[in-house]
Order: sequence, then structure tokens, then C-alpha cells
Amino acid sequence: MYEIGIIIVMLIIGYSFGSIREKAHFKSIFERESKYQDILIFNQKTSPSPATEGGGEMVQGNVVVSVDYFKMFVSGLRKLVGGRLTSYESLLDRGRREALLRMKAQARTMGANAIFNVRFETSSISKGAENSIGSVEVLAYGTAIKQMG
Amino acid sequence: MLISNMEVIPQKRILKHLGLVQGSTVRAKHVGKDILSGFKNILGGELTAYTELMSEAREEATERMIAQAESIGANAVLNVRFATSSVAQGAAELFVYGTAVVLDGASV
Repeated sequence: MYEIGIIIVMLIIGYSFGSIREKAHFKSIFERESKYQDILIFNQKTSPSPATEGGGEMVQGNVVVSVDYFKMFVSGLRKLVGGRLTSYESLLDRGRREALLRMKAQARTMGANAIFNVRFETSSISKGAENSIGSVEVLAYGTAIKQMG
Repeated sequence: MLISNMEVIPQKRILKHLGLVQGSTVRAKHVGKDILSGFKNILGGELTAYTELMSEAREEATERMIAQAESIGANAVLNVRFATSSVAQGAAELFVYGTAVVLDGASV
């Protein structure tokens, strides 16, 4: 009985704080996405226009994000029937966009306006561990280039 | 030392290819940070301790790759790729590799 109480409290805390934090994170993602809109991102290997002013340094951004307890619980139930795990979908969406934005912020400090050969990498830190936390690491990297025009 | 993940740097000529260089590091988590991150996991969101851990480890792997490239006389590493693999529970290996080259007119 006592244990069920703890789980219910953790679910309530997870749901309330988790949804507030996720909303705040998405809000800041949207704000920064419009701020860095002028930096173009390509996954082509080379720039099509030969007119470049310089650059060529690598930029990268990484983030580790985790789901809250409520979402982990809900996705555990969903696994019984299968189908889309929407809580993990939004987690990966947040992670990838955040990593891209951090990469763009680094490119901005170097004065670049385009990033080429962008690659994503995703890894889980505590894979297979017992009581593992549902977290994922996303890394985005590419080459910052200053283009003319 | 120029680090880039492009195959060709615009307006710079490759004078010499020196082959593959690599750097790797295996990092484990700090127990204290592990417990704190466990609590944070209830709330969800970014786990800053882990973000720092991974970026520090990646920097160290990159430094090892740069040291290797310098020892064979390169002034740039091109076509850099990152890889991550989990060796044991709670430990991650970060691996960086690229092609060491001598570039014309690159700042050493």
C-alpha cells in the first residue's frame, strides 16, 4: 500500500513538472529557431557555389534529454499493446532540434551562415542497465562555412 | 590544426594524404551525478550532467586524434566522423576518426 502511494506521488510530480518543462522547452526551441533562421543547414557534402569567404571548421551541438516518470509509465503500458510511443517521439524531436540549435549557435559565434555535411548521431547512455533512466543523447555536427551573397 | 567533416575545404588544396587518424576515450558516470540524474529523470527534461560528460569526453577524444595527426606532420583532419558505443553498463566509448592531410595555406 505504501509503495503504491509513492508511485502515485511520483506520477503526479512527473506529470505536472514534466509537462511544464516540456512546454517551456518547446517554447524556447521555437524562439531560437526563428532567431537562427538565417543559418542554412545542408547535409550535402560540398557547397554548390564556389563563392565562399572562408570557414571550414567543424561545429557541433549535443544534448541529453530524458522523459519524465509519468511518460515512462504510460509508454510502459503502451508497450503491452504496441503502436506509436508518442512520449518518446516528442523526446527525440526535442533532442534533435535542441542539438541542431546548439550547433547553429556555435556557427553564429564563428560568423558562418551555412553548415554543410550535417550528420546526426543518437546514443543511449544507460542502455540495458537496471532501473535505467529513459534518456537519450543526440549529437549534431557539421562544417560551418561563410558563403557570399 | 583544422578539423572539418567535409571532404574538401573550399579554396584550399590538399597537398598530401597521410591516412586515417583516430582518438577514443571510455568514460563512466559519476555515482553522485548518477543519483542526481535519477531524481531529475522523474521530472524529465535535459540532464545537464550527462550533456557535459559526453561533450567533455568527445573533446578529449578529439584532442587525442589531433595529437596523432600532429605526430605524423598533418595540419588538418578532414572527413571527421563520430561514433559512440556502449562497452559496459553505464560506460560509453566515444570514438573520433578522420583523414589526416597536409593543406595548402591552412593555419597550423
